Amino acid sequence: MASVTEAAAPTSGAPDAPVWVRKKKPTFTPRRVILHTFLTIIALAWVFPIAWAILNSFRDYAYTSVNGYVSLGGWTIKNYQNAWAQGDFTKHFLNSFYITVPAVVLTLFLSSCVAFVLARFSFKFNLAMLGLFTAANLLPQQSLLIPLYRLFRSIPLPTWMSDSGTMLDSYWALILVNTAFQTGFCTFVLSNYMKTLPRELYEAAEVDGASVWRQYWQITMPLCRPPMAALATLEITWIYNEFFWATVLLQSGDKFPVTSSLNNLRGEFFTNLNLVAAGSVIVAIPTLVIFFLLQKQFVSGLTLGANKG
Amino acid sequence: MTRPQSEAEYLARMVPSSVAATSLNRRTLFKGAVGGAAALSIPGLLAACGSTSSGAAASGGSAKGTVTFGSNASDATPKKSFAAQVAAFQTASGNTVKVNTVDHNTFQENINNYLQGNPDDVFTWFAGYRMRFFAAQGLAGDVSDVWPKLSGYTDGFKSASTGDDGKQYLVPYDYYPWALFYRKSVWAAKGYTVPTTLDELTALSKQMQKDGLVPIAFADKDGWPAMGTFDVLNMRVNGYQFHIDLMAGKKAWNGPEVKKVFDAWTGLLPYHQSNALGRTWQEAAQTLQQKKAGMYLLGLFVAQQFTAAEQSDIDFFTFPAIDSTIGSDALDAPIDGMMMRNKPKNEAGAKAFLEYIGSVDAQKIALANDPGNLYPNSGVDTSSYTALQKKASELVGSAKNIAQFLDRDTRPDFASTVMIPQLQAFIKDPTKVNDILDSIESQKKSIFTA
Amino acid sequence: MSQDYPLVAAQTAVQTPTKAPRLRRGRGRRRLRGADRIIVILMVTIPTLLVVGLVWLPAIASVLLSFTSWNGIGGLSTIKWIGTTNYENVFTNYPPFHPAIQNNALWLIVLFLLATPFGMFLAVLLDKEIKGSRVYQTAIYVPVVLSLALVGFIWQLFYSYDQGLLNSVLGTHIDWYGDDKVNIWAVLVASGWRHVGYVMLLYLAGLKGVDPTLREAAAVDGASETTVFFRVVFPVMRPINVIVFVITVIESLRAFDLVWVVNKGRNGLELISALVTQNIVGEASRIGFGSALATIMLVIALVFITIYLATVLREEK
Repeated sequence: MASVTEAAAPTSGAPDAPVWVRKKKPTFTPRRVILHTFLTIIALAWVFPIAWAILNSFRDYAYTSVNGYVSLGGWTIKNYQNAWAQGDFTKHFLNSFYITVPAVVLTLFLSSCVAFVLARFSFKFNLAMLGLFTAANLLPQQSLLIPLYRLFRSIPLPTWMSDSGTMLDSYWALILVNTAFQTGFCTFVLSNYMKTLPRELYEAAEVDGASVWRQYWQITMPLCRPPMAALATLEITWIYNEFFWATVLLQSGDKFPVTSSLNNLRGEFFTNLNLVAAGSVIVAIPTLVIFFLLQKQFVSGLTLGANKG
Repeated sequence: MTRPQSEAEYLARMVPSSVAATSLNRRTLFKGAVGGAAALSIPGLLAACGSTSSGAAASGGSAKGTVTFGSNASDATPKKSFAAQVAAFQTASGNTVKVNTVDHNTFQENINNYLQGNPDDVFTWFAGYRMRFFAAQGLAGDVSDVWPKLSGYTDGFKSASTGDDGKQYLVPYDYYPWALFYRKSVWAAKGYTVPTTLDELTALSKQMQKDGLVPIAFADKDGWPAMGTFDVLNMRVNGYQFHIDLMAGKKAWNGPEVKKVFDAWTGLLPYHQSNALGRTWQEAAQTLQQKKAGMYLLGLFVAQQFTAAEQSDIDFFTFPAIDSTIGSDALDAPIDGMMMRNKPKNEAGAKAFLEYIGSVDAQKIALANDPGNLYPNSGVDTSSYTALQKKASELVGSAKNIAQFLDRDTRPDFASTVMIPQLQAFIKDPTKVNDILDSIESQKKSIFTA
Repeated sequence: MSQDYPLVAAQTAVQTPTKAPRLRRGRGRRRLRGADRIIVILMVTIPTLLVVGLVWLPAIASVLLSFTSWNGIGGLSTIKWIGTTNYENVFTNYPPFHPAIQNNALWLIVLFLLATPFGMFLAVLLDKEIKGSRVYQTAIYVPVVLSLALVGFIWQLFYSYDQGLLNSVLGTHIDWYGDDKVNIWAVLVASGWRHVGYVMLLYLAGLKGVDPTLREAAAVDGASETTVFFRVVFPVMRPINVIVFVITVIESLRAFDLVWVVNKGRNGLELISALVTQNIVGEASRIGFGSALATIMLVIALVFITIYLATVLREEK
């Protein structure tokens, strides 16, 4: 990252350059072949470990225990059936949904608000704010456990919001903690992106007397679709896979999100690893689906690319 | 035992708990249930009568109370076993039990926060320092008045359930001994015999090496299995009392006594499976299962790694004597049990539940549903025990002193942040034992005096 | 930087040197009217309160706790002040500490020199209009979305001494997880495997935002693809480069889950965050000692934050 400070970009791009021409290039050239071969090898190398694990999740533990994993045989789908039943996944998937969706929406909303203000206006404390938010991401979350635990335990909630009567053992605590920890990173990414949006965009709106809110909502946000899609993908994955806060702030096993309940497949001593693998594959499916969905969004976000505005 | 139990379960589903509670005197009902197996059908019958006579009127009545029960039994077998016992208790007592199951590992990691938050009335925990600590901190409730109502527990179990103040805080639920396990078929084929002294063990190990076997399977990737080796060596070299004093922080780790233990261990290490720090106990157990290893020092749970057909091929012996004046009558046999929170919401119900859990009836239901364990109540009919279970229960019964395992007998902060890395360092390089013991002692001081 | 006053640029020629008071004074109806002012204040203060309340205040509490001895049980009156004893113990009486610092540094170096550039490189390749780009992207990104339990299983299958794929296929006898000289590298491979996916995704998102005409123009001038990237695209990508850099630092400092799933951060896999967890979370409850470790981690993090902010500040001037 030596050239981080090398800010002066050559600006040879003619503003009225013709539209995208690369599409017309022939797709079959030696260079393309090398490129595809290389990418295929990399992709296979990246997927192989997962494929190997998935393969073994379809094997009977009694078989792999005797013959080792570097063998073939003992095929079964029992692991999946058992994992679903033992892990009580239906219930825990719903729990994950109750936690992840509000937390991601809240995170993206709050961080885009801060990022917008930081990128749009200059205040003395701009930099300090950015530091405050970004640094929050560098803290080891585990070290905040005891103070946060005490804090949540001391905040009462009416029983219709939390049956434990406090923030502890409620989804509220979990949603807020996840939001607080993720807001920093999203703010950082979004404000960086928003700073690249040309100022001129807002000038017209201002002449029209558009309120700050309208500028945020109708100008900035639509232009931020690519980073928002990228962030949404990452955040859903992170918050969905988060299990530390869930296990320390929730105390009822029934409320655990699906990632925490994966532990239900482990015994006190003995663990059927193949069963855990089957459970983890099931748990990974929603994040994969989200990625496929948002990847599309990602690509369509291109046409709204900032520099083309 | 399955029949009346399933009948009780069946009835439990039939009879709303409120009915059983309002139409019967709970107390006598419960006593009947505790009385013995024969009595179990009586409350069942009464409950059945209740359901036919006043079932319709039940809507207005309320249950005697709800007992909340925090369980760490998340895997299928023990979970089912608890469910059956809870169902039987509900039928018998008219209390409702709300079970909160959290997986074993999470439950254990969060115990401090759990007990200070909003814990359940009754919760699963362990005997030993781990129990006494929470009792001393005022986070556990005194259950001394439950104990007179329990029958079939030896004094050993009672003292293991007793806190520093002399009161009882635990009702034992199950336990398992640590020993050297082996496969009968392998030993029969090679003509090995059980060693009773350290020299015999060494000679046997040498023979096994000649026969192409790993003498002693070994794994310590997760840090705790090596504690079992240390415990038993220390009890053989220095005796039970020294071991307990050492665990309590009263003896020096870099003194001559502990050094002797590590000397003995160093002598045995060449016969242990190498590369232990990258191996899980399950992988080590597989080498035993696959007949590549001759013995394995572990808890009875090692049997879970074997298939049903192989169960009858497993046998074990207690670690042989090292010092003949000390003998070999002490061992690790950790006890799991149930405790009551401090000031439970439903104290009478919680105590009734604990009393039930310690009863012969409950233990029989547990044995029927989860046969892999040993159950402490001597009233349990051991005829359904496997040969392995019988032998294990005899071993523990004949032991003069029972330790709970290093991480249950000493401060958990010391066990996990000092002992695990230092024992691993020793296994990595036994020649550094003096530095390691000095480091343990110095860290121990900083923790125990804090 | 006059553009930094967007709301005044259209109507006022005179710039006031101070920025903050502008908001409060509310000069000029078209700048920040009442409603706008309230909106802006709300947009900033609500998230700030959340982050300060749930991250920074607990962090400060954590720093304070690092000067105490406490087992986390009972009221605050049971906390005992012991000065800097915890720090003395961390540095002189806690063998895992030094390996942890080294491992964290190694982690940063490896991610920074290998994984991050490779992820960027893949993103550049995938940014081209090529067939099946989405398939490649998906394959490389998938490791990121997997839960820890699955990642643990995946690498256990590779690295197990007795049954692992590596020793079986290569015919080696390497104790990948147990040998404290090897295991950190084994885990770093797993870490890089995941990190490349993150970096690729973020960088790709950034590349999509780069005006294609910039590249076209440079290409027309006859510059090679490599030259175009380094001379044109890379500098334009500065914001994303910074993001990727910061992510790499965050990931290396907070690296935790992979070593935790292997052996809870022991025997060659010590990392500061794992040590913090061993001491604070779980039954151990050496709250003061663990907080001291966390404070050390916080200080290291602040060094990076300061460097970053200083860079930003210098540029704005």
